[in-house]
Amino acid sequence: MNLTRRSLIGAALALPVAARAETFAGAYAPKAEPVAEGVWMVRGADAPILFDNGGMIANSAIIATDAGAVLFDPGVSLEHGKALGALARAVTGKAVGRVYVSHLHPDHALGAAAFDPAIVHALPATRADLERDGEGFSDAMYRLLSDWMKGTHVVLPLGDVAEGEALFGGRRFRLFAMQGHSAGDLVLLDEATGTLLAGDLVFHDRAPSTPHADLAKWRAALDRLTAVQHGLLLPGHGTLDRDGGAIAQTRDWLDWLEATLTQAVADGLDMTEAGELPIPARFAGLKAARYELQRSVSHLYPGLEARLLPRL
Amino acid sequence: MIRKKILLALIATLAAPVPAAFALPADPLKSPMWEYHAERLFGDATVRFDSAVKVEIPEIAENQRVFPITVDARALPDVKRILIFADLNPIPVAVDYAPRAAAPFLATRIKLDQRTPVRAAVLTADGVWHVSGNWIDAAGGGCSAPPVSRVKGDWADHLGEMHGAAWVLSGTQTRLRVTLRHPMDTGLVENIAAYNIERVTVTSSAGTPLADLQVFGAVAEDPAFTFIIDDAKGPLSIAARDSSGLEFDGVVTPRSTALAAR
Repeated sequence: MNLTRRSLIGAALALPVAARAETFAGAYAPKAEPVAEGVWMVRGADAPILFDNGGMIANSAIIATDAGAVLFDPGVSLEHGKALGALARAVTGKAVGRVYVSHLHPDHALGAAAFDPAIVHALPATRADLERDGEGFSDAMYRLLSDWMKGTHVVLPLGDVAEGEALFGGRRFRLFAMQGHSAGDLVLLDEATGTLLAGDLVFHDRAPSTPHADLAKWRAALDRLTAVQHGLLLPGHGTLDRDGGAIAQTRDWLDWLEATLTQAVADGLDMTEAGELPIPARFAGLKAARYELQRSVSHLYPGLEARLLPRL
Repeated sequence: MIRKKILLALIATLAAPVPAAFALPADPLKSPMWEYHAERLFGDATVRFDSAVKVEIPEIAENQRVFPITVDARALPDVKRILIFADLNPIPVAVDYAPRAAAPFLATRIKLDQRTPVRAAVLTADGVWHVSGNWIDAAGGGCSAPPVSRVKGDWADHLGEMHGAAWVLSGTQTRLRVTLRHPMDTGLVENIAAYNIERVTVTSSAGTPLADLQVFGAVAEDPAFTFIIDDAKGPLSIAARDSSGLEFDGVVTPRSTALAAR
């Protein structure tokens, strides 16, 4: 048999339409939970970024204002951003008028593709981070999430955020320029309700992730957050914090992580062994703990070895 | 006509089953490259998939340039060689280790160029290869993106810097850890020739060879190795040689306590 390209195309066309049709049918269905007057929390899955969850793992927040909804963290992809935009319109009655990107990581930032870059605001450090890493993140997300990412391209925030008071649509916010989880971590306090949007400086019942972490700066940021008078706290990942435990839990994990990996190097363990160390019972309620421990070993171990192993 | 017969005979010979290939056990990982690598690495030797070879890897490849792997074959007697290889890497074999007076145990870090099986093959004195491993998903480019120190431009400032320590374990064994600054260029990056550590040896103060490791370009930049030496008796000398013939060395005195966690 002599197969030509034309006969192959002919055979493909002869297939029933259903057999050739796009099989991807994923659709984002984010849900908004009212947590305070004019404030909604949108929960992400407390899991790694997986095809099964479409990368919808970060929390977002929606705040109603007279000039349109404020969306804090627009999700991972164009479609995710669009779904959050539609959700914001549904719960507030107004389209999104302002998007804040808390930091560079793709599960929080790439959904900005769904919005006019002029209404997307972030810290200057975050824009610089996205200029450097955005395309790489996009490639990585396309690899993991494939069709969920359709149409997503890197949108750099055009609005610069500075620390201090911000007024939008008659609603007053206090913005904080922090760092530690990344080089630029935006925190927003809604003055009317005292709700604190902490981004990924705070995780709650979900293990913190450290790909761009500076642990000393992160601890200093947690000190600052503790000092900010607030009511509810929306963490970047995990459940709503009603009793103020999330900041302490995040600090406890970071302290344990650094001490444990430092001791592992001092005891002569290699990376796989450090990644298999027991996780204390008090962290049993933290989702994705083993996964994040092994990621953190990858992020932190070579640096600890360079510092602790004597020069020969 | 005669020529045609010869040709036919030749084709018949080529088409005849190769016994070694048929003796290979079916690959539990169903790798497309299993037979290719097995024939090349193991020849006619007996090959057995064996859970006595423990291959410890993390559940995700967070960094495809630095993927940690620990091979522990201490459940097997008389181990002569340990290979670590990744079927779908452009440089499949990362190390070929002969633990002369050392436990059949090795930890290091390799590069991954894509989703691939990562395996250890352990040769015992009876001539049998014991193989174990698993698939790991990885983003592309571990072998084909320039090393971090090339991008930073400081690789030559630190070339061959060695760090390490040794810990006396219970009994007579000593755990030795060594790290070495080296770009470990694969030759697969545009305009950067292959340049890698190719040999690491550990010897006793009396000059007895204890561990002998051949290293290939699939080992991660700034390589790190963990050995378990059987009967250290005093300081251990580590010597490394790279593919340009440069030699690096260091001496470690085993300690009975943890390092100070500064």
